[in-house]
Amino acid sequence: MDRPAATLIAALLALLAASSLVWMFQGIGGGNRAFILQLRGTKLAGLVVVGAAVGIATVLFQTVAANRVLTPSIMGFDALYVLLQTGLVASLGVAGFAALPNAARFLASVAAMSLLAAMLFGTLVGRGAKDIPRTILTGVILGVLFRSLSTFLARIMDPNAFAVVQSVSFASFGSIDAALLPVAGGIAALCMAGAMWLAPRLDVVALGREAAVSLGLRFDRLVLVTLGLVGMLVSVSTALVGPVAFFGLLVAGLAHGLAPSARHAVLLPAAGLIGAVVLVAGQTLFERLMGQAATLSVVVEFAGGLFFLFLLLKGRVR
Amino acid sequence: MIRINGLTHRIGATPILHDIDLTLPRGKLIALIGPNGAGKSTLLRLVARLEPLQAGRIEIDGLDLATTGTERLALAMAVMGQQTHVASRLRVAELVGFGRWPHHHGRPRAADREAVEQALDAFGLTPLRHRFLDEISGGQAQRAHLAMTFAQGTDWLLLDEPLNNLDMAHSRTLMARLADLVGARGRSVLTVVHEVNYAAAWADHIIAMKDGRIVAEGAPETVLTEPVLSALYDTPIEVSRHDDRPLVLHHHWHDQLGSPFPKPSDDTLRVLH
Amino acid sequence: MNARPLAAGLALALLVLASLGTGAARIDLAAGGGWTTLVLMESRLPRTLAVLLTGAALAVAGTVIQSLVRNRFVGPDTAGTGESAALGLLGITLLAPAAPIWIKMVAASLAAMAGTALFLAIVRRLPVREVMLVPIAGLVLSGIIGSVVTWIAWEADLLQFVGTWLGSGEFSGVIAGRYELLWIAGAAAGLAWFAADRFAILSLGDGVAIGLGLSTRGVMRLGMVVVSVVSALVVTTVGMIPFVGLVVPNIVARIMGDNLRASIPVVAAGGAGLLLACDLLGRIVRHPYEIPVGTILGIAGSVIFLWLLYRPVSHG
Repeated sequence: MDRPAATLIAALLALLAASSLVWMFQGIGGGNRAFILQLRGTKLAGLVVVGAAVGIATVLFQTVAANRVLTPSIMGFDALYVLLQTGLVASLGVAGFAALPNAARFLASVAAMSLLAAMLFGTLVGRGAKDIPRTILTGVILGVLFRSLSTFLARIMDPNAFAVVQSVSFASFGSIDAALLPVAGGIAALCMAGAMWLAPRLDVVALGREAAVSLGLRFDRLVLVTLGLVGMLVSVSTALVGPVAFFGLLVAGLAHGLAPSARHAVLLPAAGLIGAVVLVAGQTLFERLMGQAATLSVVVEFAGGLFFLFLLLKGRVR
Repeated sequence: MIRINGLTHRIGATPILHDIDLTLPRGKLIALIGPNGAGKSTLLRLVARLEPLQAGRIEIDGLDLATTGTERLALAMAVMGQQTHVASRLRVAELVGFGRWPHHHGRPRAADREAVEQALDAFGLTPLRHRFLDEISGGQAQRAHLAMTFAQGTDWLLLDEPLNNLDMAHSRTLMARLADLVGARGRSVLTVVHEVNYAAAWADHIIAMKDGRIVAEGAPETVLTEPVLSALYDTPIEVSRHDDRPLVLHHHWHDQLGSPFPKPSDDTLRVLH
Repeated sequence: MNARPLAAGLALALLVLASLGTGAARIDLAAGGGWTTLVLMESRLPRTLAVLLTGAALAVAGTVIQSLVRNRFVGPDTAGTGESAALGLLGITLLAPAAPIWIKMVAASLAAMAGTALFLAIVRRLPVREVMLVPIAGLVLSGIIGSVVTWIAWEADLLQFVGTWLGSGEFSGVIAGRYELLWIAGAAAGLAWFAADRFAILSLGDGVAIGLGLSTRGVMRLGMVVVSVVSALVVTTVGMIPFVGLVVPNIVARIMGDNLRASIPVVAAGGAGLLLACDLLGRIVRHPYEIPVGTILGIAGSVIFLWLLYRPVSHG
């Protein structure tokens, strides 16, 4: 890694460390210190995992789709995950689903998700979609379809208790599912390692399908593998906090803007760190200093949406 | 008669038209020619009130463009813009029917229906009348738009590059129809023409524009001359004759030698004007 | 050819009868009696009327907004209009909680108008040839305004209140006295029919419209009023109803074209029929529970929309 890239990564790490310290120790009182620290530590870990997962997933997806405005969430990935969860509940029955251990249930959905994502979105974006706006529109509508199907399934299963689906349908950084954290974190770490291992090949993918194939890359297979990774990372973030539509766009935009090089060995860690920093610093700001635990997701969505509109008006969406 | 006085126009800070004075006679097929960016379309769109007037005065058959209501103007002139692709799914006869809107505002009378039939007939669209616009060829759709403009029944027809996207055969037919509108039906046509030879073959009156100014104006024989055209397009051009009309040719064997023609002096242009 | 409208009318009539006969309460239409009359007049009939009015008004509003932006892939629910109406209603509820209902409706309609104007201003700045960007801009704008509404509602502890507008719409709460505002939405749709030729000319492009002496600004304003009033009243009375305003005008245009004077009544009937069919389905699938019509439409509508997106374009 060259000097400017190393500087950027170091700076981001320092930022993350600083905001984590504030998060952990701000306003900590005398009594019950161990309990508070443990609570905060769990949440911190969750925020870091989600931020990194979303950031890396978005950069991976944008490289494969050869477009800087597509994100997995805009394309309906997280809605697919919610649908999958609901489908599992529906097919196993509420009781059977609850009987499964948390981790096993989660692993099953992650596996199914990465497979489905690779298949569905592979056909949609794999060959470097020609009509990007139509692809985006398709993704958005697929998202609506998946969400409606989930609601429908949930209502059919048990009209009184479709709260399960409701709870994973809205993003909340304030309430992270702690039980899933170890498994989710493990999967995320594996995916990130895999993405880093693929990084040199992803640089070639970024040149476009024709150039990549002529350089001897097995393009289509690599696209499927990458989409599988994206599917797993999205499962992790959606399971932990729920769907976030524009957050990834913001993070990937920042990563591409800040990184001194377009090499994925730099881009991927930068995106992951930026995602983590934004979430940790943002949550510290909103929860601690402003006393509003739930607003970060709204603010992030608002800012991300404005950013997308800006890209649209600048004519970057093509 | 269309009278233009002191017409100046700019888009942002860029001047497009410089103080144009022009009088367009009635009962003629008038062609606006000139290189890209000369301001032809802007001039036409200003006359057609598609762009707001910035400075100067335009009068159409005695109606002041600035003070006359747009509904009244629709009875004096019909306009066809460059954009003739429409998103809505209309049948040919329905589109042409909208040409009568200024006359009936939603309640067509027998005279209106008659005018639509005539327009369909005049442009050979009667067999296509029930077809949807998105199911016929580009040339046919162009013709349908022209028929709508014709059905409006105005003395003036203003057309912005009607030959766009048409092949040679369609362009020829269209120009012939326009000439017929003027000759047999007494209409007046002002049209932007990109390809000089179509103007040469069919126009009665030619206005040559360059850099936002009128460079020459008059009958085809006086405007379509070698010195005027070579200066207009900054490229050597030869004018021959064919069917008793001027015929404009490229002079490509002079290319490597540079322009063989001396630029016409301002005096020459003034004389032509 | 003449059998078609007859069959369609018959189908709609059958749907209405089925709707009057379907619900959680058990009634016997043939036998009649006080209970039956009560259920019919207080619940079934109001509900059926509400569905018909909403479906017709939304479909017509869809036709209108599609001709305003000259784009087929837009509906009143994907232009930020509904979210803006919710924002206006939220604002007036916070500022003047005691204001009479009509003032609240005016506030919601005005906010919806502002939102629609913003959408039109954005559309104007988009590259003309990129047809698909228009609906994307509308969806993003809806998302942004929606997030503002959610945030304010969260702050003011009104989230549940707002949830009924932004969640998937349903008619299960409709009884006599709770839907009558929808007649205004129906009237707005009627106004659109009155001006059908003007909208048809507007959708031919500014050049053609001006050339024909149409006051484009006036027509734009009228269209915005229609779309905003319909969206505001629908959102605040029954919630978000997706896809009706988007899908129905498309299908009607495909069959009979865009001569709006002739097609708007068909669009209205189609919207009413589609919504009533989906509402009925929602009532039947898990009887005696109900599935919101918004959810049913979310599935049916997105499938139809995807088909519209990928169907081969017919060119002669």
